[in-house]
Amino acid sequence: MLDFVQQLVSGIALGCVYGLIALGFVLVYKATEVVNFAQGDLMMLGGFFAFTFIGMLGLNYWLGFAGAVIAMAAFGMLAERVVVRPILGYPQFSIIMATIGLGYFLRSVVGMIWGTDDFKIETPFSDGVLRIGSLVLAYDKLSVIAATVILCALLYLFFNRTTLGTAMRASSENMLAAYYMGIPVKRVVSIVWAISAAVATAAGVLLAPITFIHSNVGLVLGLKAFPAAVLGGFGSIPGAVVGGVLIGVIESMAGFYLPQGWKDVAPYIVLLVVLLLKPEGLFGVHTRKKV
Amino acid sequence: MRFLFKTDYEDDIRLFPHSGYIVSYGILLAFLVIAPFVLSSYLVSQLVFVCIYATVGVGLMILTGFTGQASLGHAAFLAIGAYTAAYLQQYNVPFPVYFLAGGLLTGVVGALVGFPALRLTGIYLVIATISFAFIVEEVLARWESVTHGNEGMRIKTLSLFGQAVPQNGPTFYFLCLGVLILTIVGTLNLLRSPTGRAFVAIRDSETAARSMGVNVSLYKVKSFAISAAITGLAGVLFAHKLSFISPEMFTLQLSIEFIIVILIGGTFSLHGAVLGAIFLVMIDPFLTYLKDDLPGIISGLAATFGADSVTAGKVYSNVAAIASANGLKGAIYGVIIVLFVLFEPLGLYGRWLKIKLFFQLFPLYKRATFKRQKIYVKSERNR
Repeated sequence: MLDFVQQLVSGIALGCVYGLIALGFVLVYKATEVVNFAQGDLMMLGGFFAFTFIGMLGLNYWLGFAGAVIAMAAFGMLAERVVVRPILGYPQFSIIMATIGLGYFLRSVVGMIWGTDDFKIETPFSDGVLRIGSLVLAYDKLSVIAATVILCALLYLFFNRTTLGTAMRASSENMLAAYYMGIPVKRVVSIVWAISAAVATAAGVLLAPITFIHSNVGLVLGLKAFPAAVLGGFGSIPGAVVGGVLIGVIESMAGFYLPQGWKDVAPYIVLLVVLLLKPEGLFGVHTRKKV
Repeated sequence: MRFLFKTDYEDDIRLFPHSGYIVSYGILLAFLVIAPFVLSSYLVSQLVFVCIYATVGVGLMILTGFTGQASLGHAAFLAIGAYTAAYLQQYNVPFPVYFLAGGLLTGVVGALVGFPALRLTGIYLVIATISFAFIVEEVLARWESVTHGNEGMRIKTLSLFGQAVPQNGPTFYFLCLGVLILTIVGTLNLLRSPTGRAFVAIRDSETAARSMGVNVSLYKVKSFAISAAITGLAGVLFAHKLSFISPEMFTLQLSIEFIIVILIGGTFSLHGAVLGAIFLVMIDPFLTYLKDDLPGIISGLAATFGADSVTAGKVYSNVAAIASANGLKGAIYGVIIVLFVLFEPLGLYGRWLKIKLFFQLFPLYKRATFKRQKIYVKSERNR
């Protein structure tokens, strides 16, 4: 029983990591209907920025964290301006390919600048565990869970309660109509990329003590976060986190109870089954096209 | 400029619309036939890879280019073809049999993947095909009694009608070329038949196709099956060319490479598959060439523009350091993909058509002919 709870908690922590990355996917998708395959790589780059500020320049952890978030928000805007804006509105497939290209580019440039070793960031939560009875929880995992819950709530409120959030939803629904309504669509898209890059950076920095950062971490985790976003229904913020937690728990349970090899495929099998039964994901909205 | 006067449907669906086509393709064929005897063995080996990649490209083009169903799982189909060949070869099954068996089995698997894909569109389909590819990769690594797991499998030299066909010889090149040509001609025939028309109708508008009486589900499954089968055939050749296969060769990376083939070539025509394959395969030798010669060229240039020998030496070592940096290939790949998506969405074949039109209309060419219209995002959720 204790094993089960321990696996469950570590699965939830892992799932929150996926959920945190998936939030970035969902944000960009919700505001622009663009699927950003480079999201994981943005996270990786954010981690490296934080590593540079904290590990190499010796800044205070929180200061370095904030610096990395601001730098990445600017980078997100730049990436949007250069890669996405010229093709906004073209078939999704082109944009997917463009962001895959961006991901390739970021991975190899990071590899060239920082090298291909694993890096670690010293954080206030690096050591130390919380004991509840005989259950052991590491602080670094708890920090990920807490950050995921807070970010998810903030973003949910942002999208549903603020004018800017409503403007974002409007411009994804129908860009031309949004222009007519006086929404500065280009600026809105630019802002959402900045936010999503900032969220990715938060994920990258929180992950650093758990998974370390190296130039391929974005690809590896991005490929797990992506099913999480799909499982939750691509346009739903709570869905991303629920999907992430599901994937994390399934992975950790399969690693513990099933023979070797199932750990890596179990999330994908579950994903395929869910897509078969409910093609728009668990929290997706099903709508019909008017002809 | 030539104006074709078409009087009936037969004129419209001809494979060679006019004699110019026969002449130019004849010249191309003649060049390909003499190629193995005049080119270096390295280039011939690259040409074999071009043929294999182009065959996969044609398969993927049927699915993505003509039916509009994106797939990032074609490496798995290639793997199934390759492993079928490796497995059957152990039991001394002759090449023609396991070649066809590889295609058939992959086609059946493709159809099975096609069924769940029926209800999925866009991004959901992409992720479903990625998941499928991951599962296949894991099965290949774990099903050790058949696939030998991560140790991989060795493939014996191909033997055709009692003759050994080494994978570096001209005969193997002709075999791959023949398969490619047959695939292309078969696909062209398919595309001018009702099945092909139905594919294109589904790509352009699923709702419209359905209301015209096209059985959308049936044709989507067919498209998946045909595309997978062609990829499986290429997989058999791929296995023979490499003479060793293991699961980590068939990763998402390879699937992305196949998508790059059709994207860079141009997704609207079969020419694109071949041009894209040439581009993707030939970029490797080109990059190696750059790595060796670029520092010399640039420092030479610097010297001619008045730099003294110390500066030229510095330039040389700097450029050499950048050119031989690890992972430069990835960065160049990334930049190429982004540039093609942004500036040449019709791919290499689209560029060729533009150049051709420029000369046909010589003083009258208007740049706006191919200008893209501004499109505004409209939600795909309301599909």
